[in-house]
Amino acid sequence: MATIDTHSHTEVHTHDDHEHDHGHGNFWTKYIFSEDHKVIAKQFLITGMAWALIGGILSVIFRLQLGFPDASLEWLRPILGGWLTPEGKIDPEFYLALVTMHGTIMVFFVLTAGLSGTFSNFLIPLQVGARDMASGFMNMLSYWFFFASSAVMFTSLFISTGPAAGGWTIYPPLSALPQAISGSGLGMTLWLVAMALFIVSSLLGGINYVTTVINLRTKGMSFTKMPLTIWAFFFTAIIGILSFPVLFAAALLLIFDRSFGTSFYLSDIYIGGEALPNQGGSPILFQHLFWFLGHPEVYIVLLPALGLSSEIIATNSRKPIFGYKAMVGSMLFIAILSFVVWAHHMFVTGMNPFLGSIFTLLTLIIAVPSAVKIFNYVTTLWKGNIIFTPAMLFSIGLVSFFLTGGITGIFLGNSAVDIQLHDTYFVVAHFHLVMGSASFFGMMAGVYHWFPKMFGRMMNDRLGYIHFWLTFIGVYLVFFPMHYIGIAGFPRRYYSWTNFETFSGFADLNMLVSIAAIITLAAQFIFLFNFIYAIFRGKAAPANPWNSNTLEWTTPRHPGHGNWPGELPTVYRWPYDYSKPGAKEDFIPQHIPYSETPESNLPHENDLIKLEMGDSGAIVVENKKH
Amino acid sequence: MMSVIVGLGVVLVLAILYMIFRIGNLVGLVKGKETTDPYNKVNGFLFMAFSILSIVGFLWYSYVHFDTYTLPVASIHGGITDGLFWLTMGITVVAFVIISIVMFWFTYKYQYNPNRRAEFISDNHKLEILWTVVPAIVLALLIFRGLRVWNDITGPASKEAEVIELVGQQWLWSARYPGVKDNQLGDCNYKLIDASNEFGLDLTDKNTFDDFKSLELHLPKGKEVLLKIRAKDVLHSVFLPHFRVKMDAVPGMYTYFKFTPTKSTQEMRDETGNPKFNYEMACTEICGKGHFSMRFPVVVDEPEVYEKWKASQEAWLKLNPEYLAKVPSALREAAMIKSGLPIDNSATGAAQLRSVSITN
Repeated sequence: MATIDTHSHTEVHTHDDHEHDHGHGNFWTKYIFSEDHKVIAKQFLITGMAWALIGGILSVIFRLQLGFPDASLEWLRPILGGWLTPEGKIDPEFYLALVTMHGTIMVFFVLTAGLSGTFSNFLIPLQVGARDMASGFMNMLSYWFFFASSAVMFTSLFISTGPAAGGWTIYPPLSALPQAISGSGLGMTLWLVAMALFIVSSLLGGINYVTTVINLRTKGMSFTKMPLTIWAFFFTAIIGILSFPVLFAAALLLIFDRSFGTSFYLSDIYIGGEALPNQGGSPILFQHLFWFLGHPEVYIVLLPALGLSSEIIATNSRKPIFGYKAMVGSMLFIAILSFVVWAHHMFVTGMNPFLGSIFTLLTLIIAVPSAVKIFNYVTTLWKGNIIFTPAMLFSIGLVSFFLTGGITGIFLGNSAVDIQLHDTYFVVAHFHLVMGSASFFGMMAGVYHWFPKMFGRMMNDRLGYIHFWLTFIGVYLVFFPMHYIGIAGFPRRYYSWTNFETFSGFADLNMLVSIAAIITLAAQFIFLFNFIYAIFRGKAAPANPWNSNTLEWTTPRHPGHGNWPGELPTVYRWPYDYSKPGAKEDFIPQHIPYSETPESNLPHENDLIKLEMGDSGAIVVENKKH
Repeated sequence: MMSVIVGLGVVLVLAILYMIFRIGNLVGLVKGKETTDPYNKVNGFLFMAFSILSIVGFLWYSYVHFDTYTLPVASIHGGITDGLFWLTMGITVVAFVIISIVMFWFTYKYQYNPNRRAEFISDNHKLEILWTVVPAIVLALLIFRGLRVWNDITGPASKEAEVIELVGQQWLWSARYPGVKDNQLGDCNYKLIDASNEFGLDLTDKNTFDDFKSLELHLPKGKEVLLKIRAKDVLHSVFLPHFRVKMDAVPGMYTYFKFTPTKSTQEMRDETGNPKFNYEMACTEICGKGHFSMRFPVVVDEPEVYEKWKASQEAWLKLNPEYLAKVPSALREAAMIKSGLPIDNSATGAAQLRSVSITN
């Protein structure tokens, strides 16, 4: 460990000198093919934001169809062209393409790459006290594979047969047969290529995150002193490494079925006036493989958001996070369980009903650690001294969504109840709140909170408040009414419901949802303005604007490559010493030794003072472990 | 021209907003040290107001519009799963309302005050054990209740159950009934599917002879029905909302769902006060362009009416006599009897001739 540190240390110095000598000289290595985790994080963030905008706009287009089924969308013809019918309505097949791309973009490109990619990259080295990721080069590759994946996926939006349109879950045979839907032609091929690249990117990133957390923690940063953000990123990366390869396998077999005549997922199909030769495959097999990634993916999306909000809620409540060990334990438990609940997406697919029983049991068990997390958040607020920064508002919003959306999981996880609710708007409401909105709010909270560290400037608070309230209320107005629509049985992915008497109602709620969706999207432009404005003209940020304890706030305002100009900071305490009785300030950063805070030390902490002296004690124990 | 004016208007409004923002910033700078205090109060207040208004709105809407968003139930197991649904609803709504109010109350009550300090509370084992164990017990109750119901629903159907085959294809449904003579569904093979033989009936199996196709799903009231479901091209899903029935249709395999309808269409019309009420079946698995239009009418008859209806239906083979040619000659007479074709040698010959010309 020591050798690595010295090595990167010297490297940093030369690098710094280099920068001073040449100023902005090396634009390419500094901003484009940078190996600095902070620059890579910003690259992920900005790409993720661009995707979020695209994904959001797609959703508003299909919400126009659902909320205003009779309106003419002729004014969209300059953008959509042939995807509008002659009557000025969205083509039903394009509607499915919109739904599919919205899902794919939001789940993978925004909430996986945009969230994990940004904050794991940015915070892991800064919060564990490392110069950079274990492999800066792999980290750079991770972004550029993501970029290539983005480019392919983006291209697929513009081809004449349209992008993939079989739902973001791309169930075969629909996704395997171009004669079933035009999006399963070139669009699906590009989707699969893009996802293959995406998985490579995700694995390169994940391996780096895990390695960095295990090997590059600074002196004294034992696992039990890590901020919950790092724990969350650590678990997320492990989940990703274990589950993404399965999606890769599933996609590969689908490619074989599509292009090389194999029958992994195809059997007994008569389509377009001919019987296909494929026999013996099973579409259910694909669903098992897909959800083996697909369900852990939910937690890949959610855990980083929970980690970020844990940190932000503790900081802004000026209180230690309640139940640190329980928080870590529940995340570990969730991470493990996330691998054994996948088939709850498949209760009514014709899977053996006995499996349904097992997966009901396992699924509802996962509600326990989730409940523990919510209680811990609420109790962290209790008797706190709460400062409503925009980041804090978004974190509280996250907890609210996590609660509202999580609770409906208890319905859906129970196979008998799921029969009626499966693939209705109840499911749409559930996962958009618990996974989509909660994670999105975690991401927003993260941006507001760490913006000063990223860009050295402050975002405008008041615009942040307006952005939060419009988005918070907007999201509830979009997704809460969907519960009613779902209980009434409205199936999802329907272009229109007018063919059915049973689903003829709720034109009013659907209109409300669509209007709320438009307002919510519009509110994001306030954020976008705030973000861009603040990068260039925001107030200069102080070193530690939120009086936070974690190590990133000990770096200079504009940390160079290597993060700390001098030696790496040493860690002496956990990151949640907020409002410690007796302390002068209401926070004691992690790098302050107990010997400097005799007034606030707890009895067992006084014993640790001896160990802090020199290179002995706890630190030696740490080294022996490795 | 209009759009240019609208565009200019939008630009103007944005410019004005930007100016206000700049002026606000400058005023803030002139005033000197900005305190977040007033906004802290506003945000705390808004959280409290939001929680009260939204919970009141939620309960009000749920109560007033109860009949709008609940579907009447018309099957035995549907009554039971609905019971479980509302039990879960009761428990979760109580938990949801309490936790929401407590959380937003905390955000309101513990707003920042420079003269106060947060309490240094890092954990409380009793509390943590309590809120781990209580949800675990409640969930265990729900799980065991749910699993019992699930096992009943997915258990084997009784031997007397009325077996009906449902076939999904892009983008319509069709139903096949076993026919009154043998009450057995005949074999199928997807390779035998053609424009007329849409089920792919294998006419070497004598059970196919009296099978009939229906473009409406007729169900007998009070009798167990076993749906035998398959798809011809891509995944589809049978969804009978009033019967709480849902099961995917998968190409290459059969899936099953058994249930007992409890209310005839007429009874449902009386109950809902809607003389035009009809049961419907929908597709709930994305299947392409026409996914949203796969409506299949459903009729629940009194048992006697149902039997009469079944007896009045013409066998598929009778409607497609040219396919007699595919029946092995030894079985041809049985086929004609079972399907209800008139036994008349000349007719057979004619049918044969026609089918020969078709197959050629």
